[in-house]
Amino acid sequence: MNMRTRRPFSREQRVTIIHGMLIFVLIIVVLQLFLLTATMNAWLGGDDSIVWPAAAASAACLALNVGLFRYLVRIERMRKGRA
Amino acid sequence: MADPHADPRRPIDPAINSPGREGLTGTAPASRYAPVFEREHISIAPDFVPLDAQPAWRQDFPIDWPQDLYVERRDFLKFMVLTSAAFTAGQLWIAAQNWYRQRSGRLPIQRIVSVDDITVGAAIGFTYPDEREPCLLVRLTTSEFVAFSQTCTHLSCAVVPRPEEGSFYCPCHEGRFDLRTGVPTAGPPRRPLTRVLLEMRGRDVYAVGLGERTT
Repeated sequence: MNMRTRRPFSREQRVTIIHGMLIFVLIIVVLQLFLLTATMNAWLGGDDSIVWPAAAASAACLALNVGLFRYLVRIERMRKGRA
Repeated sequence: MADPHADPRRPIDPAINSPGREGLTGTAPASRYAPVFEREHISIAPDFVPLDAQPAWRQDFPIDWPQDLYVERRDFLKFMVLTSAAFTAGQLWIAAQNWYRQRSGRLPIQRIVSVDDITVGAAIGFTYPDEREPCLLVRLTTSEFVAFSQTCTHLSCAVVPRPEEGSFYCPCHEGRFDLRTGVPTAGPPRRPLTRVLLEMRGRDVYAVGLGERTT
């Protein structure tokens, strides 16, 4: 279905959506914090084999978070476009 | 002046059981229905009391509680996404530093001291791999030498060798490291001292690199 013909979410629905997103984003951010501390610890200890994989994983997590945020912006635009 | 095209009849409440709807088949023109207030357009006060019953100050400056809740969650989500970006920037900074470190190439080979100039149980200071990195060379036995960075891995104070106790001692926070391995044995440090790799060439001791920590 085309996005333009979709009925925008109500405020209650958006609050539910944003709560779901928040839980997801918080878990990812905690994972990123763990990744950063583990990478720093390993790198300072001379082990540089995990530096690039960890950077790639962190970038993937960021992409996921940004994607979720862009979705939120999109559903707000849908609502404003209708108002 | 009244709009001549406006429908003169009374607007119909769209609720199904409202008076005036009786007999309607659903084909009445849309202009006959009264405007519908969506739930989002109704301000809900934090105490959930209707706006008419609120004090005057709140009627003048109403707070829409559900909207307020939504906006603060949205702002928190924004902040979390920014935090996520900061963590990723940190990871990329480590990667860039790692790349720079590898690009700098091999560490220099540097003469430290002659075997004849250091007695068993004594320690001397030197800098390696550059002038900003103080290190300590300790002669354990006639044929055994160890060298470590002098920088404490807790808060970067200078450690002091105590061969008689078999340890390096950090006076800042009572930290101790094993003299042979550089592993922390007491106090707040959790990471071992960086080991300087040594090589004997004739009767001279040379620093040839830094050891990778594996613990």
